[in-house]
Amino acid sequence: MKSMKNIILTLAALFCVLISYGQNAKATTGTFALKNATIVTVTKGTINNGTLIISDGKISDIGANVSIPSGAKEIDCKGLYIYPGMIESGSRIGLVEVGSDPRTRDYNEIGEVIPQMKALTAVNPNSVLIPVTRVSGVTTALTIPQGGLFSGTAALINLHGYTPDQMYAGFEGVVMNFPTTGKRGRWDRRSEEDIKKDADKALANLNKVWDNALAYSKIDSTITAQKVSTELNYNPEMATLAPVVKGEQTLLIEVNAANDIKAAIDWVKGKNIKVIFTGVSEGWRVAEELAEAKIPVITGPVLDTPNRDYDKYDRPYANAGIMSKAGVTVAIRTNDAENVRNLPYHAGFAATYGLGKEEALKAVTIIPAQLFGVDDQLGSLEKGKSATLFISDGDPFETKTQIKYVFIEGWNIPMESRHTKLYDEFLERDPGVKK
Amino acid sequence: MKTINKLTLALLMLCVATLATAQKKGDVLIKNGTVLTITNGVLENTDVWIKDGKIAKIGKSIAAPSGAKVIDASGKYVMPGIIDAHSHIALSSVNEATSPVTAEVWTGDALDPLDISIYRALAGGVTISHALHGSANAIGGQSETIKHRFGTVDMEEIRMEGAPRTIKFALGENPTRVHGGGSGIVPRTRMGVEAVFRSSFAEAKQYMQKWDTYKAAKKKKGFKGEAPEYNLRMETLADILRGNIIVHCHSYRADEIYMLMQVFKDYGIKKLVFQHVNEGFKVAPELAEFGAMASVFADWWDYKFEVYYSTAYNAAILAKNGVTTSINSDSEELIRHLYHEAGKTQKYGGLSDEEALRLITINPAKQLGIENRVGSLEVGKDGDVAIFENHPLSIYAVPMFTIVDGVVEFDRENDPADMRIYPDPKETIDVTLHADEEEHRCMDVHDNYLLTDK
Repeated sequence: MKSMKNIILTLAALFCVLISYGQNAKATTGTFALKNATIVTVTKGTINNGTLIISDGKISDIGANVSIPSGAKEIDCKGLYIYPGMIESGSRIGLVEVGSDPRTRDYNEIGEVIPQMKALTAVNPNSVLIPVTRVSGVTTALTIPQGGLFSGTAALINLHGYTPDQMYAGFEGVVMNFPTTGKRGRWDRRSEEDIKKDADKALANLNKVWDNALAYSKIDSTITAQKVSTELNYNPEMATLAPVVKGEQTLLIEVNAANDIKAAIDWVKGKNIKVIFTGVSEGWRVAEELAEAKIPVITGPVLDTPNRDYDKYDRPYANAGIMSKAGVTVAIRTNDAENVRNLPYHAGFAATYGLGKEEALKAVTIIPAQLFGVDDQLGSLEKGKSATLFISDGDPFETKTQIKYVFIEGWNIPMESRHTKLYDEFLERDPGVKK
Repeated sequence: MKTINKLTLALLMLCVATLATAQKKGDVLIKNGTVLTITNGVLENTDVWIKDGKIAKIGKSIAAPSGAKVIDASGKYVMPGIIDAHSHIALSSVNEATSPVTAEVWTGDALDPLDISIYRALAGGVTISHALHGSANAIGGQSETIKHRFGTVDMEEIRMEGAPRTIKFALGENPTRVHGGGSGIVPRTRMGVEAVFRSSFAEAKQYMQKWDTYKAAKKKKGFKGEAPEYNLRMETLADILRGNIIVHCHSYRADEIYMLMQVFKDYGIKKLVFQHVNEGFKVAPELAEFGAMASVFADWWDYKFEVYYSTAYNAAILAKNGVTTSINSDSEELIRHLYHEAGKTQKYGGLSDEEALRLITINPAKQLGIENRVGSLEVGKDGDVAIFENHPLSIYAVPMFTIVDGVVEFDRENDPADMRIYPDPKETIDVTLHADEEEHRCMDVHDNYLLTDK
């Protein structure tokens, strides 16, 4: 009888909660104590039966013997694991809603040299894709514009917030597509001569733009230094490239084919700039050169077919591991939008095919945090860092594993999305087949 | 003259017989594996003996017959070859996008045994795929079920001999875009798509009637009439009405899925498999009641508007409602790790290991009408086997051997680093294919890429 009453009370409470949620449940914040967990810190080993305290959006304490502040909401994590939130290092999340519909695509502005087009401006905080992604433990993503030579400025965002500024996670980088020198595929019907001509022209064009940016930057610096009262003409392209050529802002160079990677290494040489190579699908062919040049890479998708028909079938899986073993700093991306939630599986395949579990975990946590210069906040579980993390019942790379809780900057994220809501509504549909 | 005809016929029959036996069958003994039979549970430390291409025995300590290849599967997992019910690999053309109805064409006429995707699928443990026509037309072409035998130039060698006939239908945005949008003919809407089916079947019924009348009249003495005109398109539609062809229908929204079941009920057609069927979960009880099957993506959604209201829990909802469900690839990339795609149903819906594995083995076999031959490890079935390092539903799984009809088609230890059969001395420029290729290829008039996928 008593249990019946309990059930009714629980159901009533659940009903109230459901009603009050409306369209989307809100995240909540406060002081949390995550107790009895296996804490995988990434940078400082694993803490067994540990406690992690969240207050003011930060990890205020972490360890095996931690006192719980009064008033903290306690979450018993017995049998569960705490990991830092996973960081996607290259996607279109927030910049597109429905892939096939150009009206919802905001990642490809018109123009060849448009670094001033800022991803952060176009990020839609209320995109349906965001809750779908974050409930999988991917809490942070670099979202990037595409197309042309200089595509725009990418932004690192946390996947919670109501304005782009609330979501901004502290890094922006200019995106460049390195000119391709090879044939682009079977459908490419240009002659070898034409291909060479096009490649030379593209590289000459890049160098011209770069020289202009250098000139602009020098004039700008001189004006500032000598306090001259003239102003440079409005030139947002060059104004955006100026900090890049000065080495103050990171340049993300998309480059994939082996010859192009080599050419890009040469191009970067002597420029004294901050560079990350992205894509790098044939990095395995030139891993030594990449390591020697000390250029870090963001590679992916891992779940991809080889670039050339004759390449060994598992090259995309093995690529990250081969580069890492050669000494290259490797982060992993999905290069996706709606399925950025598969980031742990891209990392998992890389782990299986040579990168190893530990390095693969780093490739989606601390390494991207370091590359983006936000490792004082993200990428590992340490006292004082942002409380951006997730709690799972196992290895997050395994598909069997369920993510139980997600926190982004101390916000306890509702574990629901369009996908879970449709599941809740339709698993046992009412009415069923007969009305 | 008559003798010559008979001789020709005999020669032809000999040729056919030679073709039928040209496909290699092998002998393999797989020792001490953890055998995931799918239909008879998990057997530890068990051997599987494949003799002359068929599973001859499953049991403990089977003695190695002399001359048979022996594979030590200690610590490894042995499962049936994976089956993909929706694929476009090994095809030199996919869409006959010239009319809303092209039932007369057949992808079996466009097989490309040299496609490297066959080998890559093998490297993912996949032994059989359904070489489907594309989704440009409401009634597209007939399709072919292929066995992944690599290293042949003969398209006959990759057919799965004896597999039932199948045909591709398509609903929603693709046929309405290509025909109503592109050519200004019906269908432009989902109403038009239904009308195309109804008028096609009505016409086919009239065609059958004409032939029935003619055949009945012909038997009568003094008959002087002429036979009706033979029409391959109508013959094919008639075979659908007779239940001789399994319909595989590209579909997304619940309303259109429901519509096709109503049309099929009216015409008494029962063999129906929905492909993609992203909103199948919304009408899962109706699908179960009709007996329609569902072949879905693990998690693809949102690439177009008609899949915006999707859920990755689709497969689990369908399976829990009693719909025979499979996970497919529709992609030369995804086909390489269908075991991983099936694993996602454990994240999205908590399916058990066996339930998840059925989605890529016996269930797609049922959807292709070949479940008496493949899809589980049972004595008498085809010797199609995949052997994994680690459990196939683990992210750490690595396919080590893939066996088709007792022939080892993939062996990771002996996998070549370079698949080139011969180098091309003229090729000095790298040919690399990148992610942005998709956008270019869809513009290629020879390849309606966008229509083959999704």
